[in-house]
Amino acid sequence: MTLLKKVMERVLQFTPEKEPDPLIGEGKYIGKAMKRVDGVLKVTGQAQFTAEYKFDNIAYAALAYSTIAKGKITTLDTADAESSGGVITVITYKNAPKIGKPALMDPSGGSSGAMAADIPVLQDERIYWNGQPIAVVVAETQDQADEAVSLIKVEYEEEKAVVSFESELPNAKTPKDVLGEDPEVKVGNAEEAYEKSAHKVDHVYRTPRYNHNAIEPHATIAHWESDEKLVVFDASQMLYAFKNTFAKMFLIKPENVEVLSPFVGGGFGGKGSMWQHSILCVAAARAAKRPVKLNLSREGVYRIVGGRTPSVQHVALGANQDGQLEALIHHGTTQTTEYNNFAEQFSFPARYLYNSKTFDIGQKVVHTDTLANTFMRAPGESIGTFALESAMDELAHEMNIDPIKLREINEPKSDPLRHIPFSCRNIVQAYKVGAESFGWDPKKPGSQSDGKWRVGQGVATAYYPYYRFPGKAKAKIFSNGTASIQAAAHEMGMGTATVQLQHFADRMTLPIEQVSMQYGNTSLPESPMAGGSNQTASLGASIEAAVTALVEVCIKAANKSASSPFKGLHAKDVDIKSGGIYGKETDVGCSFVEILKLAGVDELEAEGASGQPFEMLKHSMHSYGAQFCEVRVHSETGELRIARWLACFDAGRIINPKTAESQFRGGIIMGIGMALMEETIYDDRYGRVANPSLAEYHMPVHLDIPHIEIKYLNIPDEHAPLGARGIGEIGITGAAAAIANAVFNATGRRIRELPITLDKLL
Amino acid sequence: MKNFKYSVADSLDSAKTALMERSNCRIIGGGTNLIDLMRENIEQPDEIVDVSRLSKQIQQLDDGALRIDAAVKNTELANHPKVRENFPVLSHAIVYGASGQIRNVATVAGNIMQRTRCMYFYDDAAACNKRVPGSGCDAINGINRGHAIFGTSTSCIATHPSDMCIALRILDTKINLESSKGKRTVDFADFHRLPGDTPHLETDLMPGEIITSIDIAHSARGSSTYRKIRDRSSYAFALVSVACILSIKDEIVEDIAIALGGVAHKPWRADILESYLRGTPATEGRFKEAIDREMEAAVGFKHNEFKIELTKRTIFSVLSELKTEENSK
Ligand SMILES: Cc1cc2nc3c(=O)[nH]c(=O)nc-3n(C[C@H](O)[C@H](O)[C@H](O)COP(=O)(O)OP(=O)(O)OC[C@H]3O[C@@H](n4cnc5c(N)ncnc54)[C@H](O)[C@@H]3O)c2cc1C
Ligand code: SF4
Repeated sequence: MTLLKKVMERVLQFTPEKEPDPLIGEGKYIGKAMKRVDGVLKVTGQAQFTAEYKFDNIAYAALAYSTIAKGKITTLDTADAESSGGVITVITYKNAPKIGKPALMDPSGGSSGAMAADIPVLQDERIYWNGQPIAVVVAETQDQADEAVSLIKVEYEEEKAVVSFESELPNAKTPKDVLGEDPEVKVGNAEEAYEKSAHKVDHVYRTPRYNHNAIEPHATIAHWESDEKLVVFDASQMLYAFKNTFAKMFLIKPENVEVLSPFVGGGFGGKGSMWQHSILCVAAARAAKRPVKLNLSREGVYRIVGGRTPSVQHVALGANQDGQLEALIHHGTTQTTEYNNFAEQFSFPARYLYNSKTFDIGQKVVHTDTLANTFMRAPGESIGTFALESAMDELAHEMNIDPIKLREINEPKSDPLRHIPFSCRNIVQAYKVGAESFGWDPKKPGSQSDGKWRVGQGVATAYYPYYRFPGKAKAKIFSNGTASIQAAAHEMGMGTATVQLQHFADRMTLPIEQVSMQYGNTSLPESPMAGGSNQTASLGASIEAAVTALVEVCIKAANKSASSPFKGLHAKDVDIKSGGIYGKETDVGCSFVEILKLAGVDELEAEGASGQPFEMLKHSMHSYGAQFCEVRVHSETGELRIARWLACFDAGRIINPKTAESQFRGGIIMGIGMALMEETIYDDRYGRVANPSLAEYHMPVHLDIPHIEIKYLNIPDEHAPLGARGIGEIGITGAAAAIANAVFNATGRRIRELPITLDKLL
Repeated sequence: MKNFKYSVADSLDSAKTALMERSNCRIIGGGTNLIDLMRENIEQPDEIVDVSRLSKQIQQLDDGALRIDAAVKNTELANHPKVRENFPVLSHAIVYGASGQIRNVATVAGNIMQRTRCMYFYDDAAACNKRVPGSGCDAINGINRGHAIFGTSTSCIATHPSDMCIALRILDTKINLESSKGKRTVDFADFHRLPGDTPHLETDLMPGEIITSIDIAHSARGSSTYRKIRDRSSYAFALVSVACILSIKDEIVEDIAIALGGVAHKPWRADILESYLRGTPATEGRFKEAIDREMEAAVGFKHNEFKIELTKRTIFSVLSELKTEENSK
């Protein structure tokens, strides 16, 4: 945390609590399991994704990728590609249009840039990673572009590259910060406390590289309307940052760039930063003087879109006779590059989950000549909880107490390191509800079987912080009684529009059929990125601000008429109710339609901006959950199956159970994949991904996933807009640990390295 | 993918002629393997001739064998009543392979002719003797978790990926071939090759030849099963698979046929194990001895060493299961 933030955190402790959002309770729509507003569009194919947009005279691009990790291109012969059928142009560093310095993504949520790495895009002969784009072919059809790519001949002068994470571990360094937080935290002398502890566990946990595999591979369409005016369709989780990046890198004014991303086919962090294809597509459109479409192939996604770093984590826990932690030590190393410096925050859970007399937490990174690592669903918390929550289970076993009990014993009353109050923390209750519904009853490890299958139960804590970023929204009312809300928000399948319409309808006290939402492009007010599970809370606050501003506008406009019921009233004196504005005390007022009549206009609008997220400094705000599973391990072949799953979440107000449960389930499924089979297979000799395809990079199939029962406490957080904290990422956290713990319970074997493939259980 | 010409063969003769007369011409069944390889630029035919619309019959021959035409789809074969009744191990093996969608278009001949899934074979940036003879083998000292433990060479350690073929290997299978020069029939056992120093030659198919049909009969009778061990519950290639027919009478192994998948460049018949057990008491102790003998020839590499233990355990599991089934008859 920066000094300024630390000072603010202290000062804010003395300020009065803000009134909770009046909508934190159940509303007419808030809290209801409503169908997705875009559901019909999606199942009937009417919802258009980036690659589906049609432009007259469009050309198609394909990329050639480097096959070495580091060095220089010495020859690049594109003659055959250029003369291949249908080819319009082949762009390489030799003839690429001038592209400015990468505008880097700002992990604190700003929109100044989006690029994932500080590497020039096609501007010189240097190679920075194995898979780097070295040429763009533009042709009349996709097939012609693809064919021509295979005709490009390239030679390199190779330099010695550092690509192996494992061999680089001895050179690990402490990063400057970990997402704005201190990379190291020490309280007391943890080593000494550990040594003196009555009960101890001390182990190393490993997680592999993972790649993004959203159902929609990345795609971009770029169209230069003039030399100065650019329209881009792009699958993006961060519209405004994309807009600003295009403007900066192509040296045009931001207001001359429009970015559209109405539907995104899954992001998970992989579309949070901008990868080179977006820039290359815009450059290709400039060179070809035509609209250009660049769809990444699945292999292309593996070659140029980063994934989750591998990690090695060391956790040592010491406890006294009663199970209270005396020492919590969590250290580890992840991989990053000089060009993006992103230390994945695996140590965050250890900072918030447990009381301990002493703490020793620290993160290191190694720098490699590889593709930049990036955000992937619950970056940090997903792999961090695997290590920490496995270790807690090991400690419980060592002490012969129930792992849930151990967590209860160490439940902190306030933030254990920041010493500020939690906003709303009901983790013990989540465990209680979960354990009861699941039938938590683990037997002695290795003692249960069903035929040749060994059976065991496992549990782990799910944890994800609350984030909110400032943003803007515009609210409008129309004389036909409808209202709409506008924000450059992102709909990546999670139900953003659906829940915000529920919210907006309740805020405006209008029937949901009368409200609509426009989102997904930069002609709308600036909204923060969809990342860190922040979008629901962030939009919640900006829509609230817009509606408050609209009330003010309405009063002013109505007061132009002599018969206005609002004479002498201000926004603070009125409420929105029954589809209009009425005095708090007097109950005098009128409907929105009447307000427009009084004002003599057809529509009124107001933009509102939400403030800085001070609630995050005044309170320690997080979501929690308890993950329960039952696994079966074949005693002969080591095959591992998940038989049952139940999770109970404490994530604040659930605005829509239907969309929320689907987010939780999706996260858990991704967690099961992470635990059992997903792995980017990396050839450490070449720094090259060896399995860039869905045939070889295994993700769960239906048969791998049991019914997943979701419970949630639904206790609103008084300090969050709508009482809601984010839910997009928490599902994946704790899942891998719950599985590893269940495997231990079934077999008596502790697997500390993911994925838990059957060879590890033979 | 390179541009290519495409035509549909309306008769076997026209396919044979095309193969003989046109240079760099390939035939295609369901295309689920060939087209993927063309997309990766690993196969680069100038022309492909579609034989998937040729005869698709399954008929009983006079000697009781079943003749299955080359263009029969995997799904049809697995579902055919005669196959389900008389050769259940073949039905099982097929449905354990790929996905429903792929099996619906994949043909019998295409399945037999499908090429390895070695990751370096698929990456044209890698050294691969199978793809470019003499270029080296990146798998031997690279990532080889999925690779072979039997019959490998210093040139290639790839596996044949088919499930169906493992079952065919324990049936008395013959492959019927034709070219414009004539017809011939080869034993399935002799059709696929070990890599030796010519890993690019994978089968006994001669230039210009087409698989027209296969004939299957029983060499062994008894209880049968196909067990496939893989990294997820479905839609993954075998780490190890076992096709087995076992008959036990009065506690004695009357007959046994067993083949292994995921372990060699060809469907691997466990001859040593079979002859050790045939005619001897069906005890778990002897099963283990027989397995150890068979596995003596297995050699693991850095990441696939575990396959040796896994194969032993899987075979044992299968034999015990079939023994229980036989004993309850
Ligand atoms: C993602 C994925 C997963 C898979 N998983 C499995 C699995 O788990 N188990 C498994 O067994 N298989 C699996 N497969 C492979 C699948 O079984 C094969 O792709 C399929 O059987 C090939 O049949 P096809 O008719 O499509 O062959 P094609 O692609 O049409 O042809 C394959 C080869 O056979 C040749 N050929 C075709 N017909 C003839 C003929 N009549 N005579 C001579 N040569 C011929 C072609 O020239 C070509 O070389 C998988 C495939 C994919 C893509
Ligand atoms: S194992 Fe065979 S297929 Fe794989 S790289 Fe080596 S030679 Fe090529």
